[in-house]
Amino acid sequence: MPRVPGTRTGRNAELGLLAFAMIIVALYGAIVEANQLGKITTTFWVPAALLSILFLGLHLVVRFTAAWADPVLIPAVALINGLGVGFLRRLDIAKSITKKLPEPGIFSGIGGRQLAWTLVALILAAVLLLIVRDHKAVSRYAYTLGLVGIVLVMIPAVLPASMSEINGAKLWIKIGGFSIQPGEFAKLALVSFFAFYLVRKREVLSLASRRFLGIDFPRGRDLGPVITVWLLSLLVLVFEKDLGTALLYFGLFVVTLYVATERASWLIIGLIMFFGGVYVAYLLGASVGGPFANFYDRASIWLDPFAPQYVSNEGYQLVQSLLGLGTGGLFGTGPGAGSPGFVPEVQTDFIFAGMGEEIGLFGLSALLVVYLLIVERGLRAAILVRDSFGKLVAGGMAFTLGLQVFVILGGITGLIPLTGQTTPFLSAGGSSLMANWLLIAMLLRISDAARKPATGGPAAQAGGPKQPPAQLHGAMTEVIKP
Amino acid sequence: MNAPLRKAGVVVFVLFGLIFANLNWVQAYKADKYRTDDHNGRVRVAEYNTPRGVIEADGKALAENKATDDTYKYLREYPEGEMYAPVIGYKGVNLAATGIERSENEFLSGTSDKLFADRVSSMFTGDEARGGNVVLSLKTKAQETAWKQLTNNERGAKFGSAVAIDPRTGAIQAMVSMPSYDPSPLASHDTEDAAAEYNKLNADKDKPLLNRATSETYPPGSTFKVIVSAAALRAGYKQDTEIQAGDEYIAPGSGAPIHNAEAETCPGSKISLKEALTESCNTGYARLGVDLGGQKVQDEAKAWGFEQEDLTVGDLKDGGLPVAASHTGDLTVANDQGGLAQSSIGQKDVRMTTVEGALMAATVANGGVQKRPYLVQQLLTADRRPIYTASPETLRTPINGSIAGDLKDMMISVVENGTGKQAKISGYDVGGKTGTAQNAEGADPHGWFIGFAFNDKGEAVSAVCVMLENVSGGHASAEAARIAGLIMKAAAGGGGD
Repeated sequence: MPRVPGTRTGRNAELGLLAFAMIIVALYGAIVEANQLGKITTTFWVPAALLSILFLGLHLVVRFTAAWADPVLIPAVALINGLGVGFLRRLDIAKSITKKLPEPGIFSGIGGRQLAWTLVALILAAVLLLIVRDHKAVSRYAYTLGLVGIVLVMIPAVLPASMSEINGAKLWIKIGGFSIQPGEFAKLALVSFFAFYLVRKREVLSLASRRFLGIDFPRGRDLGPVITVWLLSLLVLVFEKDLGTALLYFGLFVVTLYVATERASWLIIGLIMFFGGVYVAYLLGASVGGPFANFYDRASIWLDPFAPQYVSNEGYQLVQSLLGLGTGGLFGTGPGAGSPGFVPEVQTDFIFAGMGEEIGLFGLSALLVVYLLIVERGLRAAILVRDSFGKLVAGGMAFTLGLQVFVILGGITGLIPLTGQTTPFLSAGGSSLMANWLLIAMLLRISDAARKPATGGPAAQAGGPKQPPAQLHGAMTEVIKP
Repeated sequence: MNAPLRKAGVVVFVLFGLIFANLNWVQAYKADKYRTDDHNGRVRVAEYNTPRGVIEADGKALAENKATDDTYKYLREYPEGEMYAPVIGYKGVNLAATGIERSENEFLSGTSDKLFADRVSSMFTGDEARGGNVVLSLKTKAQETAWKQLTNNERGAKFGSAVAIDPRTGAIQAMVSMPSYDPSPLASHDTEDAAAEYNKLNADKDKPLLNRATSETYPPGSTFKVIVSAAALRAGYKQDTEIQAGDEYIAPGSGAPIHNAEAETCPGSKISLKEALTESCNTGYARLGVDLGGQKVQDEAKAWGFEQEDLTVGDLKDGGLPVAASHTGDLTVANDQGGLAQSSIGQKDVRMTTVEGALMAATVANGGVQKRPYLVQQLLTADRRPIYTASPETLRTPINGSIAGDLKDMMISVVENGTGKQAKISGYDVGGKTGTAQNAEGADPHGWFIGFAFNDKGEAVSAVCVMLENVSGGHASAEAARIAGLIMKAAAGGGGD
């Protein structure tokens, strides 16, 4: 049965879910204190309360600027963001205990900094919602965004290692004590550009010239764009030494291409090209070395992190991550009762492993479901929205978010070679938090357009005809096949 | 465009499903392995939260704990240092444990199933769960005597080992290895210090970390004549059966003559078996081995415990320090009578551990019954309730009582009238066999003594093997015999030094 959008804004549901999420965050803080300090302080609720105020602010902005936006997105993201702040604060408390210092203040340490970054990120998200009242307006700046995206991707590659490399991955711009990960923002710009480009070119790209094994393959001359992006992502792989980022950009492009053209052949070509390229890079790393050596090392560590030559050196991070996760087991040690300090980079790349020791397989599975919920809600907005550009932007962004979660979680659990991605909304760091909240703001904007009754609403809200004219526009009639 | 969007949703679902499946693998299937992995620092911290059990002997603590205020709450200390190190080993924060600390690790750390009831009760009483204590069979006086005498030996030998066993039970009374090391720095909570100390000891060319009593094999020299004698007695020889001797023996088909250690040793053409052992007659035993045949000598050695690869000394139920196998080499090679002759006097490829030497003496003293050697006398819970007491086991019975009686007489004759006079101690009937083993071209020979002591009630109170490497100044075995006597006296309770 087709769902009739526009009968309810869902804002009150959003508020209720948000309150529920914040209660979980407050409880998490209380358990952390009980396990670490042996008592629950009278101020355990303060971080959760501060976060609640921030999210409430965003909720209000949404209420007035995107009243029909998806009500699940903000509470789901707020839950993950809040647990991230809680876990980082837990690391601060552990540090103050070992150094025999008093309990850290709410705004001190990495937990406090993350709280501040959340404020900044939410302001950015609110500003985006206020300025961009119609997502289609973004397409006007598509070429600018495309250029900005490519420049952001390339900057760390051309910078000297001292200014761009952290833990073997050249993904950063480091100026003074300040570092940002431009790739986080680049993915937003690139999705917008790809969407615009593909809306205009999809007829051409979906022209089939040859049929092979029942699949329509495109003409050779139409392969240009996909080859360009493929080369770009392989350059990222080799010069930024990061498989995850390469996979992220390329996956994002191929999927938007596939959504735009509905040609499965693009997916097949893309996958073969990507994994072929990765395999060649691996072989080159084994034989030639040079710029490929890093990737070869990472792949070898992934294949056997416990090998004697890696276990206490290059493979140490991954080994400690696995040992931490394994120690947690099914139920975990309980928040605050584990020893995440044994895992290097536990506040950033390995935060999922650090939390996994304490909340166990059950807790992590719940987190995974919340991430899945966010991604599927994004894709749902893409399905419901009526214009092609909106579909591609929402679909591309939601998919990218899902892919990024897969890349980093796959990396730290040993499913795929480890890469230097942040865990969206969880990892300490401003770049990731800001970029991903901007992504959510964009999804909110598009879902608002998707769910808003096209006629302005009063008739629909008054319980008018169950099939408003808007439904026709939302149907599949827009798709043009040659 | 909605169909591909839905498919993209399915793809994300599948990717997350892969993560979920992999998390199950890591957190459920592999969880136990990862939780207890050596590289998992959490194991260490948790292990040090409760005091580890004490290792003790004769009421003296040999490995104990000191409370600290760092991450690891208890520091392992070894008050007796290098004297007991080859037996007890060490338990480091970052180093793999060795010795009894390794073999009894579960019991000492309190994770053993044997302590399950204690752990349950401590959950209710709220007491700290503690590890159990290990009581060793070592007699501190014998151990101290062995260590002092070995390290202050009169010939300046730098390497050696000694083992004393109660022949009636198999309880090890003393086990020392020289040179040794101080285990305490290896248990340091500063893991870098501990690793540096380990690396230094491990790189030391004198190999102080090596337990020479259990892990090294050496040519046994004339102590092996006890085995050949047993083979002869089994074949019908008597103590007074005359065997052929002389100054020189050249085995058929071999160019290399065998001589005696001294010109006055068995120069005559005939000598009784008992006298041959007493004087340690090389030519007689070489010919005897050839006459008996390689198979018989080889089988005899095997019957006494040679070639056993899996012997451990520790807890009779649960393993312990591995003892290297002693070997004879192949004595049945056709047309190698020369080799067999050499092997029959404990040279060529014959190799023996100090433990095996002590076991041989103990077997003779115990009427032919070889008791399985052990180090762990008792396991006590933290509140000193015994939950295991060693009940001696027979390892093998290589000879019957009558052959054992003959060998005992012959070996007592060695100490009374022959080469082992230095081992004599007042108040005890001592028997034994010396050995002086050639080992490398131009190097001083190794000095051996295996022997036993009977008290005035006729009880076999101790059997011992002392081995000194590269003893200078001739009569290499004399110093070993002297030390052996003192160890047995201390083990029998007759006072040290």
